[in-house]
Amino acid sequence: MTARYRYRKFVEWANWIGMLCCISITVFFLVAILGYVLVKGAGYINWEFLTALPVPAGESGGGIANALVGSLLVVLIASLMALPIGIGAAIFINEFPSHGTGRTIRFLAEVLTGVPSIVVGLFAYDLVVRPMGGFSAFAGSVAYAFIMVPIILISAHEALRLVPDSLREASLALGVPKWRTILGVVVPVSSPALITGVVLAISRALGEAAPMLFTAFGNSFWSLSPGKPVATVPLLIYTYATGPYEDWHRKAWAASFVLLMVVLVTSVLTRAFLRGKTNE
Amino acid sequence: MNSETYAVQGNFDKARSLAVKEVSQVVKEATDTVRMRVEGLSVYYGKLHAVKQVNLSIATNKVTALIGPSGCGKSTFLRCLNRMHELTPGARVEGKVLLDEQDLYGAGVDPVDVRRRVGMVFQKPNPFPNMSVHDNVVAGFKLNGTRDRKVLDEVAEKSLRGAALWDEVKDDLQKSGASLSGGQQQRLCIARALAVNPEVLLMDEPCSALDPIATTKIEELIHELKEQVTIVIVTHNMQQAARVSDFTAFFYLGELIEFGDTGKLFTLPEKRQTEDYITGRFG
Repeated sequence: MTARYRYRKFVEWANWIGMLCCISITVFFLVAILGYVLVKGAGYINWEFLTALPVPAGESGGGIANALVGSLLVVLIASLMALPIGIGAAIFINEFPSHGTGRTIRFLAEVLTGVPSIVVGLFAYDLVVRPMGGFSAFAGSVAYAFIMVPIILISAHEALRLVPDSLREASLALGVPKWRTILGVVVPVSSPALITGVVLAISRALGEAAPMLFTAFGNSFWSLSPGKPVATVPLLIYTYATGPYEDWHRKAWAASFVLLMVVLVTSVLTRAFLRGKTNE
Repeated sequence: MNSETYAVQGNFDKARSLAVKEVSQVVKEATDTVRMRVEGLSVYYGKLHAVKQVNLSIATNKVTALIGPSGCGKSTFLRCLNRMHELTPGARVEGKVLLDEQDLYGAGVDPVDVRRRVGMVFQKPNPFPNMSVHDNVVAGFKLNGTRDRKVLDEVAEKSLRGAALWDEVKDDLQKSGASLSGGQQQRLCIARALAVNPEVLLMDEPCSALDPIATTKIEELIHELKEQVTIVIVTHNMQQAARVSDFTAFFYLGELIEFGDTGKLFTLPEKRQTEDYITGRFG
């Protein structure tokens, strides 16, 4: 009995250690990446870096202001396209299951999340850049939207699935038409999860460089026109990191740090906002 | 009695005409008090025949209880009365459900309008978690686009008073509907259903998720509510059916076995199956 008990204790201990290892490795890499970017990049951050235009190679100083604003512009336009499409499709497959196409659409969305972003970029190049006759922020937005739609669709679908049917029935039983039930009950009830999914999609898109290579293309100057090439942060990191200058490498780290902070601050703020909202 | 007197006097014709008049009078009174009439209602889930050829009349401003063992079709039957049933995929309905002589399944009848006239309270309290107590009560109006604050406030107070919840929540109508206790939530759902002024209120085991004290409150409420609305209630609790209802229908295996005055059905049931069920021999 004691031997068996000891054996069971040992199995428990071994499992516990095993899980602890898994957690440690996961957390280690997260902390390592964050720490490395912090160490390498944070030192270079100053007001000029955030507000000035890039300077020609060889000169010191300069910043990434145009890329920051460009990234936000491209993501904003992409969100305006991806948000209604992704959430609309999720509503369609979850609230109108009788079509029987829901499983197929969901499966295709899952496949789409796995498409390499460089391929998405190529596709956007053929779809937008070639007909429009040149690189543009809009083309970058289209590429980002392709990346964001399936992420939003899948997370929104999960969010809508969690809304209990009893709430739909409660609304319908009051003589509220289905579309008003969806807009007035189902979507508001699931809105925290919907917003989380959208933020996730935005964060994912913000860091993608590959689809920007032959869509937004990059720009050394200010541009807020959707029809013109525009600088974005991931693109700038790519250029600086692969360049030959030591100063560029430092700037790439600093830009990475800024990008990370933007994503981090966005998700923390969203969480705080949602927590405040649900506590009301 | 009258006809007999006339008959004795030999005035047969007069007696007969009077008798005919009497019968038609009785029939007229009967139709006046019938709010809903169900004729030959059958429900199928795919191949399963869940409700079989049920005929039933529901009296105005009375409480009609539906009893029977689990799976006997009583809840399905109830959900047919406001066309909630068709939300279940694969469900099919045959027969007629008449509300004030209008067939709810007739061509051109919008289920949305049916549900405005025939409200429903569910087994589990289901207040909208994203809305305050106030907004929950007036959800039927707000979701349909009414924005007039004055109208909404009036409806909210009237309905909450009607559901005997006003005194408990009047100090903070803006708190979340989900923060109330289970019994309060169920009364909130009743208030919400009453707010849209339905002619008939369907209750699907409204007390099965509640403790005895909350159950008593809901039962008292049902007594008060039947002054203004016709109630059909499904219950697993036979004592509850006996306490709250005027008429009782006993369902078994999808068939309506017996229907009649509650007092009579529970003391002198006509059918053997009814007696077996209410005396606890099965179910």
